[in-house]
Amino acid sequence: MTDVSVPKLIQGNQACSYGAIAAGCRFFAGYPITPSTEIAETMALELPKYGGKFIQMEDEIASISAIIGASIAGSKAMTATSGPGFSLMQENLGYAYMAEVPCVVINVMRGGPSTGLPTKVSQADVMQANWGAHGDYYPIVLSPSSVSECFDITVRAFNLSERYRCPVIILSDEVIGHMREMVSLPDFSSVEMIERQRPNVPPEWYKHFLITHDFTSPMASFGEGYRFHLTGLTHDEFGLPTSDNIEIAKKLGKLKLKIERHLSDISQVNTYKIEDAHIVIFAYGSVARAARQAVLLSRKKRFKAGLFQPITLWPFPDRQLRQISRKADLIVVAELNQGQIINEVRRVCKSHSKVVGLNRYDGELITPEQILEKIKEEHR
Amino acid sequence: MQKSDVTHQYLRHTMEFPNVWCPGCGIGIVLGAFIRAVDRLHISKDDLALVSGIGCTARIPAYVDFNTLHTTHGRPIAFATGVKLANPKLKVVVISGDGDILAIGGNHFIHACRRNIDITVVVVNNYIYGMTGGQYSPTTPMGKRASTAPYLTVEPPFDTCNLAISSGATFVARSTVYHATQLSSLIEKALVKKGFSVVEAMSNCHTQYGRLNREGTAVRMIQAFKNVAVPVSTAAKLSPEKLEGKIVIGVLHDIERPEYIEHYQKIIDRLQLPKMADKEEKE
Repeated sequence: MTDVSVPKLIQGNQACSYGAIAAGCRFFAGYPITPSTEIAETMALELPKYGGKFIQMEDEIASISAIIGASIAGSKAMTATSGPGFSLMQENLGYAYMAEVPCVVINVMRGGPSTGLPTKVSQADVMQANWGAHGDYYPIVLSPSSVSECFDITVRAFNLSERYRCPVIILSDEVIGHMREMVSLPDFSSVEMIERQRPNVPPEWYKHFLITHDFTSPMASFGEGYRFHLTGLTHDEFGLPTSDNIEIAKKLGKLKLKIERHLSDISQVNTYKIEDAHIVIFAYGSVARAARQAVLLSRKKRFKAGLFQPITLWPFPDRQLRQISRKADLIVVAELNQGQIINEVRRVCKSHSKVVGLNRYDGELITPEQILEKIKEEHR
Repeated sequence: MQKSDVTHQYLRHTMEFPNVWCPGCGIGIVLGAFIRAVDRLHISKDDLALVSGIGCTARIPAYVDFNTLHTTHGRPIAFATGVKLANPKLKVVVISGDGDILAIGGNHFIHACRRNIDITVVVVNNYIYGMTGGQYSPTTPMGKRASTAPYLTVEPPFDTCNLAISSGATFVARSTVYHATQLSSLIEKALVKKGFSVVEAMSNCHTQYGRLNREGTAVRMIQAFKNVAVPVSTAAKLSPEKLEGKIVIGVLHDIERPEYIEHYQKIIDRLQLPKMADKEEKE
């Protein structure tokens, strides 16, 4: 068992594993890949102690398939991977969105494309996390920036996933995953846990995809007497395949509305010294750490800077960003890629703020000084 | 179908019938054989999870009243592995076609055999991709016509059962849709087996494979199975030359090996012990 009474010096990847166990995860299927492997290793070590099961599958496609299967059979389930493995998982991620199966997928981002930079940091999978699978769907994607956030965000990922019956993706990165920090883990039994809504009707009335007032559906598991059908084909409320245009629109509408109607619950943003800021640094993941320091450096140079750090990357925090951007003359979007999420920032803020990108894609981190330089250069 | 027929009570009557299969298709015979096996074993509908991939055969689960899971192409065994691990009390069965299990799903198939996880796989082998219009599959024999082999196939096929045996499956059997009663009893044996069991059901696709290779109607193709089938006991006495072009039917392999979940559960139970000892001490 994990002794939580003393602060521990642990990696972000380990914190993700502990967060998962604290949130009630009892099944993990994975495949080794740098820089995410420590998550699988920690799960292999810890899960059996909690009565859970770990399995190393033959590839990442099998890994995500197995966690979807386990979730359908009633277990909270997770997998973890990095770029190439995340690409392999896309088809079955789409299946989980379509069949509305809760599960958590961690992508510890490394440099790409292809095999890229296995041991170096990047944030180049941000758009893939939103658009990776084919078809219309609305993912929830969370981004931690410290070891303790890795724990909290993994718990939250499970809670959102169970609440809205969909996969939740955690976009960590090589630096956050491998970095060690002292953290005091909470007592696992004190962690707030959301369980999936259970049906309260007799089996003969049960609809696995019932459209309720808030567009989420209660969920039975295999073996409980409800005997439903699941398919990746577009289906009706019973789960049976349909090609009826009204049913198709209802289904796809539900996938959108169950997220859109709960934005205030799903969307989470951290800010730092944002109240009087005229200059906003938009940063997430490992870059948010440098950005926080850059805010302090900037303020010493009398630039009124603040940090806007989306914890929920997708759905994009339009409302919160629009609000703070009204006062902002300049928004610096710092990312470890050639400019991905900046296009979303432009979409939201272009009419009232100057939006500039600070990009690094050489496998190294953006430094606070670089951000300050960018502010000096762009602010007039 | 007669309502008195045993299969009737296992069908999902909310589904729209007739089904997706062509008239004369052998998949219906396999489904019937499977249902009769389940019925003889008195397995409760609630305790059986039926998992499939993509293709004609993979449409089976939607029509039957079990816990049913129609997954993505090639992945049913991986999904089934998760289902079984999360709820070992479920009887987990994968039913899918030769293309789904052996081409796109080949990797999952051999690794599940190797693990010896308690799942039954029924591979319906009709030598062809039927749903997409008659492309050759990993089981299409050499020198046959397919829509993607207009000049005849140049690839040697997999022998499903040999592949399963050499990969570590503990029960492997084969029959055909002509031998429906035997097929059903082999599926029954596979369901009872504790471990990874594979039943290959040779079936006819007269719409694609039969038409392209001039093998005639459904009836003629099914009758042909009668002529090429050789029981295991007879096959043992025949030379490889004489077995050329024949289909060996019956139980081909039945051994005992530790089952994956049972083995893992022992480790889990062992790790739980210190916690229980702690409690006792406190008491």
